[in-house]
Amino acid sequence: MRGLFASSPALGPFAALVVAVVFFSVATDTFFNLDNFSFVVQQSVVIGTLALGQTLIILTAGIDLANAAIAVFGTVLVTRLALGGMPSPVALVLGIVGCTLVAALSGGLVTRLKLPPFIVTLGMLAVMTAVTSLYSQGTTWPVPDGLLTVLGTQLYLFGQIQMTIGMGVALVLFVVVWVMLARTAWGRHVYAVGDDKEAARLSGINIDRTLLSVYALAGLVYGIAAWLAMGRTPTADPNAYQTGNLDSITAVVIGGTSLFGGRGGVAGTVVGALIVAVLRSGLTQMEIDSNYQNLATGVLVIAAVAFDQITRRRSA
Amino acid sequence: MTEPVLAAKGLRKRYGRVTAIDGADFELYPGEVLAIVGDNGAGKSSLIKALTGALIPDAGEMWLDGKPLRLHSPIDARRYGIETVYQSLAVSPALDIATNLFLGREIRRGGFLGFLRLLDRPAMRKQAREQLDALGIATVQDITQTVETLSGGQRQAVAVARAAMFGSKVVIMDEPTAALGVRETEHVLDLIKRIRERGLPVVLISHDMPAVFEVADRIHVHRLGKRAGVVSPAEVSMSDVVSFITGAKAVPV
Repeated sequence: MRGLFASSPALGPFAALVVAVVFFSVATDTFFNLDNFSFVVQQSVVIGTLALGQTLIILTAGIDLANAAIAVFGTVLVTRLALGGMPSPVALVLGIVGCTLVAALSGGLVTRLKLPPFIVTLGMLAVMTAVTSLYSQGTTWPVPDGLLTVLGTQLYLFGQIQMTIGMGVALVLFVVVWVMLARTAWGRHVYAVGDDKEAARLSGINIDRTLLSVYALAGLVYGIAAWLAMGRTPTADPNAYQTGNLDSITAVVIGGTSLFGGRGGVAGTVVGALIVAVLRSGLTQMEIDSNYQNLATGVLVIAAVAFDQITRRRSA
Repeated sequence: MTEPVLAAKGLRKRYGRVTAIDGADFELYPGEVLAIVGDNGAGKSSLIKALTGALIPDAGEMWLDGKPLRLHSPIDARRYGIETVYQSLAVSPALDIATNLFLGREIRRGGFLGFLRLLDRPAMRKQAREQLDALGIATVQDITQTVETLSGGQRQAVAVARAAMFGSKVVIMDEPTAALGVRETEHVLDLIKRIRERGLPVVLISHDMPAVFEVADRIHVHRLGKRAGVVSPAEVSMSDVVSFITGAKAVPV
């Protein structure tokens, strides 16, 4: 049994997700319903995508406290550029490049100055929050319609299932990152660096280059999260997603990725993000106070990390 | 006399007032197992680091197949076909055996999928399997299992297999039996013999006298930062070698 969990680490979280869905379907009349499922997924798209970038960094035994702040900076940057008359595609590309560069700067500080990722990204969180606040002049800007909000467009699959274009984009992004991690040498190196840095170095892996590429790719993912966020709410609000960093870490950890690096992956993160959304939606429909929702999420995070610790200790 | 595969003359390395290598010489001949023995602090590790590019000597020369050799990093040494099994093992516990064998030297798919940098996992698994079979590592059944599920001896076997797989000139092993039990030690010594059978010379750094006497063709005694001499295990006893190491007896020339 333990071997099974070790070989496919997303299995435990997936079982938990199934249990939660079954439980809420039985406990409420409203939960088991395609529209509700669609709503749950739509709600988890932005945090889920932030968690995708976060997963990459946590796999290298790092952490990114600035991810949501970077994405919010992205929304304000793109919106102000577009409102200033720049064509939307150019503004969007510049925004995504901007997010990539900011995250790569974190990666540069981690690799060049050998600073702990926690401290670097804590600093970047404060810096980016301030930069965004100054740049937005403290107000919320309306996102121009069109390309920038297109990901919020709703479609009906088979005339039944409500979807957004953003859901499709996020899905493709997850699949691409999954393939990169599981099926390329780069992906194997990301795991090796997170697992045992010294062993990776002696195997001839360029640790700094691998880490830098991880932060840059995470930044690119945050940029796409910014695009998704503008589709979801067509405003660029400097105060949005203030707990996005912690929510994304929650999704990653519940999804079974180890904070010690080298174990886990994006499949678990999808499940982790869905578990949080299902829990929130289900408890809301059971008319349980949102404070208890936070409490339940907190307990789940601790349980997930404890499970990780125990399985590691036994296998070591 | 045949030409040494790997040789060094007059190597020196100083760290401030400490002399780690004090004019050391070294020769490794084709197809032999050369043991390096010496007390802690005698400079065995420094000598090995110089031969594997982990340390750049202040003076002295090295040759590989008779050609002058200059190493700037361990990656350099690997490029020349000098593979090292480190005492710390250098395997990634969370990755599977096949991935570990190819870590840093993965095989890509051909054509467009290769352009997309996708890995050829079947080819890597097949070669990994062949390599383990060729070395008689039968205890490992599933090469897709993670290294952390293996015993210490099996992990050592994976590290040795990797070195044997990519080492085209020399395989260097730093204390490969230090952390192992009796049976696992036997197993690693068998691996060393198999590598020698393939014609690949092995440098074995070890404190384990019975192990040295079992596999070594020649014993390089290192003392006070240089080579005190080379002896044949057929001509001296274990206690003689211990005396050479401590300096209680002079090494016969």
